[in-house]
Amino acid sequence: MEDTGAGAGISLAGLTKTFRSPEGPVHAVRGIDVEIARGQTVALLGPNGAGKSTTIDMLLGLMPPDAGTVSVFDREPRAAIDAGLVGAMLQTGALIQYLSVRELLTMVAGMFPAPAGIGEVMAQTGLVRIAGRRTQKLSGGETQRVRFAIALISNPDLLVLDEPTVAMDVESRREFWDAMRAFAARGKTVLFATHYLEEADQNADRVILMARGQVVADGPPTEIKGRVGVRTLRATLPGVEAGELAQLPGANSAERRGDAVVVVCADSDQTIRALLDRFPAASDIEITGGALEDAFLALTADEPSVA
Amino acid sequence: MRGLLYTRYELVRAVRNRRFFFFSLGFPLVFYYVIASPQRANHDFAKSGLSLPLYYMVGLIGLGTMIAMISTGARIAAERQVGWTRQLRITPLTTRDYFRAKILTAYMMSCLTILGLTIAGLTLGVHLAAGRWLGMVALILVSLAPFAALGVMLGHLLNVDAIGPATGGGASLLAFLGGTWFPLGHSGFLFELGRLLPSYWLVQAAHVGLTGHGWPARAWLTIAAWTVLLTLGAVYAFRRDTQRVA
Repeated sequence: MEDTGAGAGISLAGLTKTFRSPEGPVHAVRGIDVEIARGQTVALLGPNGAGKSTTIDMLLGLMPPDAGTVSVFDREPRAAIDAGLVGAMLQTGALIQYLSVRELLTMVAGMFPAPAGIGEVMAQTGLVRIAGRRTQKLSGGETQRVRFAIALISNPDLLVLDEPTVAMDVESRREFWDAMRAFAARGKTVLFATHYLEEADQNADRVILMARGQVVADGPPTEIKGRVGVRTLRATLPGVEAGELAQLPGANSAERRGDAVVVVCADSDQTIRALLDRFPAASDIEITGGALEDAFLALTADEPSVA
Repeated sequence: MRGLLYTRYELVRAVRNRRFFFFSLGFPLVFYYVIASPQRANHDFAKSGLSLPLYYMVGLIGLGTMIAMISTGARIAAERQVGWTRQLRITPLTTRDYFRAKILTAYMMSCLTILGLTIAGLTLGVHLAAGRWLGMVALILVSLAPFAALGVMLGHLLNVDAIGPATGGGASLLAFLGGTWFPLGHSGFLFELGRLLPSYWLVQAAHVGLTGHGWPARAWLTIAAWTVLLTLGAVYAFRRDTQRVA
């Protein structure tokens, strides 16, 4: 590439942020180094309080880091936003009232140097039918779609989404991710934060796993899924020692609760085959996806506590 | 001039917000008719040399425009609460564009208040030469500058729950001390205190416009000092607010 800016992606180097609180300092982000190439779709996965939103706020220039630097296509965040290179859907936010959907998008588009067409963005986000409706009359799902449209209106090269599907129903989520993938397919860069492993797995090329303000894993979704995709197997199985069950292939640990046993598995497929093979008496078997928080805590168990 | 579209839609929003529009403009009008209508024959109110309908037209223009300016704060506080202010920060909209839109909206509401009360005054027999009226309006618009800054400052300092009482109480107190309701006289504690406030000169702006005499130097100085002070306060409040963790 001749233009040095054309190849550069997103770079977060040594980012640190600490907040003061009545209970003492909270180390929200504790040294993050991430390079994202142009065109990648990256999920920032982590439980609540992992530092995802703080990282995104620093990436967008909404909050200055205590230490470290942010570079967006070789620019400071503010300069990248002024050039219309960045679109973002923040975690919280409602719309201002007394404007129609079309007017609101026109108003925001007017702030950018080379915005996308209003009609085009409304078509991408499924807003054409409600273009004339006042923002205060929209449902929760419609409001989210308008917020997504606002993120796309500058025709950005980087789209940042902070837990975008939290307020959406199943159908809206599916439509939302379809629209996001269509955007990414145009060679655009996308960074989205989520605490749903499935969303990260299905929609990203790469997953950055955050916990307690640090990156604890970074790789393709399948690899991350293997590391945190912990499942819990429950069965009624009297008379078998928990210790014996913990030895099953794919199992991490086991405990007994009355007649029932609970086995935490890294690979529940292997575990259940071995369980039925060795203990055919096992009944009422249930396999559930484990809480992501537990997996994160397990991954970071040797880290000093921040509390 | 990308901010102009933003300003235009801010004005549209203010007009479409019927409740805000009605109370902002309607409240001073109702007050005016309640007070001045029964005493429209009083031609020398409290020895001011002005008829009662004229005195209160001018006084309520002071109060109404002051409220119109300060109520910018309520709209800013509401936008902050829903996260819209943060959304604007990830656009190229400059702080200058943002302030300009807010202040022009406030001035638009003030101009409508002046117009409404002037028409109400005419219906109660107030006579005023066009030139004098224009001079009065010009001085009022100048003396509203500190209140524009006050509105923005309060909007970025206070939350939605606190802003209502703060604006209502603050405007009432400033109007009282400014001589909206009765002349403060030419000596004494209230007069001395009032002269230090921009609301006093706002009311005086109206009076001076009527009698044809210009503002004294002291008025220009007081308005300028408050404008500078409150603008610094508004900029400080805005910066503090936008640096804060959400």
